Amino acid sequence: MPTRQKFDHELEDLRLKILTLGKMAEQQIALAVNSLMNQDLELANSIVVKDLELNDLRADIEETCILLIATQQPFARDLRKLVAGFKISIYLERMGDLAVDLAKVSIRIGQEKLIKPLVDIPRMSGIVQEMIRIGLKAYVDEDCGAAAEMSLMDDEIDKIYSGVFGELKSIMMENPNNVTQANYLLFASRFLERLGDYCTNIAEEIVYICNGKRMDLNE
Amino acid sequence: MDKIVVKELDLFYGEQQALNSINIAMKERSVTALIGPSGCGKSTFLRTLNRMQDLTPGVKIIGQVKIDGQDIYAADTDVVLLRKKVGMVFQHPNPFPKSVFENVAYGPRIHGETDKKKLSEIVETSLKDAALWNEVKDRLHESALGLSGGQQQRLCIARLLAVGPEILLMDEPTSALDPISTMKIEELIAELKDKYTIIIVTHNMHQASRVSDRTAFFLSGDLIEEDITSVLFTRPAKKKTEDYISGRFG
Repeated sequence: MPTRQKFDHELEDLRLKILTLGKMAEQQIALAVNSLMNQDLELANSIVVKDLELNDLRADIEETCILLIATQQPFARDLRKLVAGFKISIYLERMGDLAVDLAKVSIRIGQEKLIKPLVDIPRMSGIVQEMIRIGLKAYVDEDCGAAAEMSLMDDEIDKIYSGVFGELKSIMMENPNNVTQANYLLFASRFLERLGDYCTNIAEEIVYICNGKRMDLNE
Repeated sequence: MDKIVVKELDLFYGEQQALNSINIAMKERSVTALIGPSGCGKSTFLRTLNRMQDLTPGVKIIGQVKIDGQDIYAADTDVVLLRKKVGMVFQHPNPFPKSVFENVAYGPRIHGETDKKKLSEIVETSLKDAALWNEVKDRLHESALGLSGGQQQRLCIARLLAVGPEILLMDEPTSALDPISTMKIEELIAELKDKYTIIIVTHNMHQASRVSDRTAFFLSGDLIEEDITSVLFTRPAKKKTEDYISGRFG
């Protein structure tokens, strides 16, 4: 019988939990942007409620990591998987929090007529979701090349954010009545920009699992 | 500065080769941990550093072990002086069936020290350096066999320190001790490192990671990998090292 079979199973269970959390975070972001696009307040409220499940799962992952470190006393790659897994779960949970923040933007705007068609926000959201999907696959495959490549997609998000910032600033200057909603939309795009940064942080953890080296992919 | 430099060291027990071309350097005032599964050669290697292997029949050693630049296998080496300079602590504490005082004073006496005042000073300093003084200062003339296992092991370290060594070889010094005694020995190693070069064989990898500056991994008589301890235990370069420290074999 191979040694440490039980530990290997426990590591696999941990990985499945992190994947679940990642998929939940991705779903929450997609739904939050949908609620904003469609001004769907019921959907927005459901995102706030659903976030509690992400928090619980993150706490469960944390407990699993602590227990495995204490009882299995891992070294090398096993240790890196646990430390990185713990950090990835924190990033994913914070991404869930940002999805809640996006949903709250929907709630605050409510049924008020949108000051502009929303084009860039769904584009940013699409890139973030793609980054999460690639990141989760790279995490499963322990593929640091794919993770590093994924982090490059953040540049496109930053570029769009910069454009949105300029556009909303102009709208505010043109008509002060638009300032409140323009600010909400600016917050929303900022939340999406931060989501891209968290994806990059996850990519850094995957690189750490692979080779034990800390790389700053946010540069 | 390198205290010990080993080059192309082979060791044979009769026809059987137990160490294969070992190359390693150990710095002065540092702790090097030797790890590896049973029979990998780590204790055999340790015993080559003060020529304890000379006492095993049929042993043949080829290669070089230099301490402070001197080849310890050179024909003119005084083995008694070598073992004074390179002392050893064993797995099981082995105090003499004498008093605590006599155990520590024994070494200096056989090396010619007769002055009672000087001997008392050596005993006190050695026991203090071994972090045992406070526990035995009121029972110096009682039998050492009445001490606990952990105290006996620290007494053996004090006995070693009394003859003024520069290098301490420790062969699984805590494997017979409880966790508290183990922790005391580990703390002692951290203190002794300021004065001595320490090489410790241990099966406890967490102990290696706690007490040592560098770690060397042995397998089947080969030195597979040697590196800074924090590097070796978080990102070893060799798969065999990774598998061993992760508990996948051994």
